[in-house]
Amino acid sequence: MMAKVLMKGNEVIAEAAVHAGCRYLFSYPITPQSELVAYMAKRLPEVGGLFLQAESEIAAINMVYGASSAGARVMTSSSSPGISLKQEGISYLAGSELPAVIVNVMRGGPGLGGIQPGQADYFQATKGGGHGDYHAPVLAPATLQEIVDLMQDAFDIADRYRTPVYLLGDGMLGQMMEPVEFKERAQMDLGPKDWATTATRGDERKVTNSLFLDPQELEEHNHRLQAKYKSIMENEVRYDTYLTDDADYIVVAFGTVSRIARNAIKKARDNGLKAGLIRPVSLWPFPEKPFIDTRDKVKAYLTVEMNAGQMVEDVRLQVEGRSPVYFYGRTGGMIPNSDEIYAQIFAIAGGDE
Amino acid sequence: MELVFQKTTGLTDKPTGYCPGCTHGIIHRLVAEVMEEMGILEDTVGVASVGCSVLAYEYFNCDMTQAAHGRAPAVATGLKRVLKDKFVFTYQGDGDLASIGTAEVVHAAARGENITVIFVNNAIYGMTGGQMAPTSLVGQVTATSPFGRDKTVQGSPIRVSELLATLDGAAYIERVSTHDVPNINKAKRAIRKAFETQKKGLGFSLVELLSSCTTNWGLDPVESLNWIKEQMVPVYPLGVYKDVGGGRK
Repeated sequence: MMAKVLMKGNEVIAEAAVHAGCRYLFSYPITPQSELVAYMAKRLPEVGGLFLQAESEIAAINMVYGASSAGARVMTSSSSPGISLKQEGISYLAGSELPAVIVNVMRGGPGLGGIQPGQADYFQATKGGGHGDYHAPVLAPATLQEIVDLMQDAFDIADRYRTPVYLLGDGMLGQMMEPVEFKERAQMDLGPKDWATTATRGDERKVTNSLFLDPQELEEHNHRLQAKYKSIMENEVRYDTYLTDDADYIVVAFGTVSRIARNAIKKARDNGLKAGLIRPVSLWPFPEKPFIDTRDKVKAYLTVEMNAGQMVEDVRLQVEGRSPVYFYGRTGGMIPNSDEIYAQIFAIAGGDE
Repeated sequence: MELVFQKTTGLTDKPTGYCPGCTHGIIHRLVAEVMEEMGILEDTVGVASVGCSVLAYEYFNCDMTQAAHGRAPAVATGLKRVLKDKFVFTYQGDGDLASIGTAEVVHAAARGENITVIFVNNAIYGMTGGQMAPTSLVGQVTATSPFGRDKTVQGSPIRVSELLATLDGAAYIERVSTHDVPNINKAKRAIRKAFETQKKGLGFSLVELLSSCTTNWGLDPVESLNWIKEQMVPVYPLGVYKDVGGGRK
């Protein structure tokens, strides 16, 4: 067993990707994920891989497209404004059914925004982002250890379903330091990449492509994609709950915010308020079960995000109006603290400000 | 009976959708013949771009992928960095390469990516219906320059071969034409040289082929070939712009 090591979040993302079999990273410099590419520039050559600094985010995601088409385990990393530039390429990856992992260490927006942590790219990541009918699975770790555990899943899901997958973190996760352990883990059972354009022809030449000029063919292609998304929704939902069994008030939060929410929940419990937490880990597919299990029992939900209210829309869809759903958010790189969240729970419970 | 001509095995049996008189078909055949003659059809991945040649992945009888508009050199970079011992080429038009994809081709050349770019320059956007391209000639009437390209408004044509030849990573750059048989034969030799450059690992190679667009130029096939010769060649001089491997000039 490997000992725990103290590492910075961005470096953990990089090392976890290497452990998951990633051998190619194509990225363009952007804060706050800079340590990730610097780490990979040194690390990938040690394992026979390659980091290539692209001339733009657009080029980077298209290099990913080429490397993925060639059958490689490949990743790109960026932060919010850079992820916007990659959307064209992500749509093409989805359309051509090419696996890849896209890391977004989110910062505040819109526009150039700022460089402090944010969660404002939830809509972009979970609702398609680029043009056309597609989804990409989105995994949102809350701790550095969870990055290690989810990175293997991210690459395996990408390969199994031939889809781009997001690892969605934020600047806080990228910059914090925590002890982590890299446990060796078996891959999912994945077949050979017999679709890849490796120029090693077997029976027939290989083509990767997202163009279907015949509308009937394109609809059939879309039906295949939708069937795949249905399978992902059935098999790849991930979430975590904390003290929800007897909870009257459930906080819903993902990523780093969920850790702050836990402290608020402890404080609420100390003050006689039965609070709990639902933490979606896969933001798409969005978990249904923890809401089905609780929505007829709780007095209210409180969604807390570092944005102006994005995941709260998915929470409302799952709650189906059976309980009130409140929202508390901070934006622009401001981080909600546990006292603020506790104050929200206290107010929802009918307490005086 | 003696067999005197056979279609190259470098092309599939799929009929192309190109207009009568368009030289894309000739250029496809030249690239395919070179791959067949070098025996590399099973060692090559081609990258189709966006434009009239978007369906090139159905025509070339090798592994193929299809790239977003202008991004073929970046896609080819990803392919080649993984498949170091294989041949990778892109097939791009002038709107794709010299307008929306300018950054990608310049940086692929600057990095000395060991790929081959087949650049088809017909001075117009074909597939979308004859809009002005960055390579359209001054005075050329197009759907989006109805009074003729005015260089004080729309600027002057980009000479891609000359531009890329200034970069250290570019190993072989030649501009050829397709307006008559001697030039078509020269074009084939240039394409062969480009693939040989890649085989030797010398770096980035590009062949710019002056090509026709009968439909959007509004000319018949013979007039179109004459237009290449009389109007395009003076603006886009033919020749070798870079050859680090030495050889023919």
